Amino acid sequence: MSRTGTAETNYLNAQHGLKSWLLTLDHKRIGLLYLMGVSFFFLLGGIFALLIRLELLTPQGDLVQPDTYNRLFSMHGIMMVFFFLIPAIPGVLGNFLIPIMIGTRDVAFPRLNLASWYIFMAGGSITLLGVLAGGVDTGWTFYPPYSSLYSATNVLTVGIGVFVNGFSSILTGLNFMVTIHRMRAPGMTWFRLPLFVWGHYATSFINVLGTPVIAITLLLLVLERAFHLGIFDATKGGDPVLFQHLFWFYSHPAVYIMILPSMAVISELIAAFTRKRVFGYHFVAFSSIGIAVLGFLVWGHHMFVSGQSVYAGTAFSLLTMLVAIPSAIKVFNWSFTLYQGSVSFDTPMLYALGFIGLFMIGGLTGVFLGTLGFDIHVHDTYFVVAHFHYVMVGGTIMGYLGGLHYWWPKITGRIYPEFWGRMSAMLVFVGFNLTFFPQFLLGYMGMPRRYHAYPEEWQVLNVLSTAGASVLGLGFLLPLGYLLWSLKYGKLAGKNPWGAKGLEWTTDSPPPTENFRDAPVVSEEAYDYAGAGHGDGGAPAPARAH
Amino acid sequence: MSHGHSSALAHHFDSLEQQREASTLGMWLFLVQEVMFFGGLFMTYMLYRWRDPEAFAAGSHDLNITLGLLNTVVLIASSLTMAMAVHSAQTSRRRPLIGYLTATGVLGLAFLVVKYFEYSAKWEHHLVPGPLFHFSEPAIGGRAEVFFSLYFAMTGMHALHMVIGIALLAWILRGAVRGRFDASYYNPVENFGLYWHFVDIVWIFLFPMLYLIGRHYHGGA
Repeated sequence: MSRTGTAETNYLNAQHGLKSWLLTLDHKRIGLLYLMGVSFFFLLGGIFALLIRLELLTPQGDLVQPDTYNRLFSMHGIMMVFFFLIPAIPGVLGNFLIPIMIGTRDVAFPRLNLASWYIFMAGGSITLLGVLAGGVDTGWTFYPPYSSLYSATNVLTVGIGVFVNGFSSILTGLNFMVTIHRMRAPGMTWFRLPLFVWGHYATSFINVLGTPVIAITLLLLVLERAFHLGIFDATKGGDPVLFQHLFWFYSHPAVYIMILPSMAVISELIAAFTRKRVFGYHFVAFSSIGIAVLGFLVWGHHMFVSGQSVYAGTAFSLLTMLVAIPSAIKVFNWSFTLYQGSVSFDTPMLYALGFIGLFMIGGLTGVFLGTLGFDIHVHDTYFVVAHFHYVMVGGTIMGYLGGLHYWWPKITGRIYPEFWGRMSAMLVFVGFNLTFFPQFLLGYMGMPRRYHAYPEEWQVLNVLSTAGASVLGLGFLLPLGYLLWSLKYGKLAGKNPWGAKGLEWTTDSPPPTENFRDAPVVSEEAYDYAGAGHGDGGAPAPARAH
Repeated sequence: MSHGHSSALAHHFDSLEQQREASTLGMWLFLVQEVMFFGGLFMTYMLYRWRDPEAFAAGSHDLNITLGLLNTVVLIASSLTMAMAVHSAQTSRRRPLIGYLTATGVLGLAFLVVKYFEYSAKWEHHLVPGPLFHFSEPAIGGRAEVFFSLYFAMTGMHALHMVIGIALLAWILRGAVRGRFDASYYNPVENFGLYWHFVDIVWIFLFPMLYLIGRHYHGGA
């Protein structure tokens, strides 16, 4: 397209001043706005987690009162789920990369994109207001009748905050879907799309179909608490269990809203650091769609002990097992990609391999929990806590940090220090397992979740878990330090520091405002490392950045 | 053509055609999420009606069928004027476009006025859920409260969509007055029309479900 500006003009220095950021319509800048937002909420959720783990260091309730503890785990869950895990990868990496990967200038609706960020921040601010006023003690699940009739905490404020935030997910999903359908560069067919794009397409599908259901559910809860509607109130002919059905109809697929973008990142990383096309490209692409569709059919496995009929329980149990199929397809295909690849162990690849490990443990224990009888044994114990942290947190954060490191040179134009990057990947992996593996054992022995005190014989495992959390915290703080450091002191990246394939590596680092100086035309498959194509990244294994 | 058209093309699209396709797809996806949003309410209605048809029948008898019918006619008429507005935009007729959009807005407001009178009658008769709720039939009593909870939640969400629709309509009307729309660029009018028709269709379901079908339930007799 137009060759306005010199080679040095990029999206970061094209305009200056706070206003140029707060009113930007550039998807790359909006991605960075999300980076700041989600980092803030991650830090906040992390502080709550730290306080939880400190309390659980000793069997007695000595650091906080039970009431305070209830608020801590509720706010930890709400902040982490709704304001970090769900928006992190689509908001930051999805926004930054999808238009570049498909070879266009921006998302389909740039204004809506900026509005989504503001809605996200508004929802977060309202929730924060509720936190400052004392928080909520309902757990992140807001079950009535406790939340609607009895809890004396700020359910209204926080409920409205989460409700508002939902529209950010819906509109971002809508924007991505239209962008992927209508904005692809000439030659960019559906099966030439990077798997990153497929993963985000599947995520957007869930966001558009699932998030409105949690929106109306939370709205009804808010109306019930504020104006005494009786929809979830058994004394008025309503049914509190219906809330659980509606809540999990969204909130189970929400787990796939968190993990699918991470899987999308992992496919890119595995290809780049094995220098091979992802094995079984079509299967990996369709398994994302498969997970998205199956995700809508399994919500009842959260309700095995809610008075659901045994037939419904059996059906949900069997449907839950089916999710293992597309998940396993992904893991096996990534593993086959490693086979005979020229594997290198740079920081993003360490995160990707860590992801496979954590996801396998999280996924397999998910099959345990999908089994009716076993689930009833460990229901509401730390086994469940450990399982969903392995999947949602381990899965999402490994992909998020791996992706952030991989595309950091593209986003900022600078290379992060590789040694410290590898250190952080190791610390996160070790810290994560040390934190959560003991919780499987605790849960199997019967330690219930959401209690601030426990019998003394469980202290050793709890101390291990708290120690792991400290290592994990350090692993998260390290990147904060060296990534900021690299903004000024990092080595210049150049267009393609990894020698990777993909349109994003054919443009400058950082990219110009409209992404490409010449509109790209695509003539090869994704991950064409065999050299059949003739793109910019086609030269055999250029020197690594370090 | 005239420079009005080229300024309608946003910088990140290659052609007006691509822009039109993108915004239409976006609107349909938005309606999909609207279906899911109202879907939660409709599912709740079905479940509770199946559980306690008597209470639903009794509650249904206390709704004002005349006002409900009037509002149904008003909304169907507004859908007609909206369709005519889209047609006027597609055929570049500016004055009819302004006229039909105005008529649509007036009908929308009329709907809300009627709804206001219906709501205030419910308030006077203690049929609004809450501490003051009182249902005259002793055999049903508090069981009717869930019906009226659903009545207010469903019609309230619908009315909120009407209010948002009228606000959007004012914005479209401003564009029409300024001559922004003609045969080569009418996408905003068309997409707004989709939204307006969707909100109408929701009412077309609400009216029979809340006002009509309960009247023919005779307790299995």
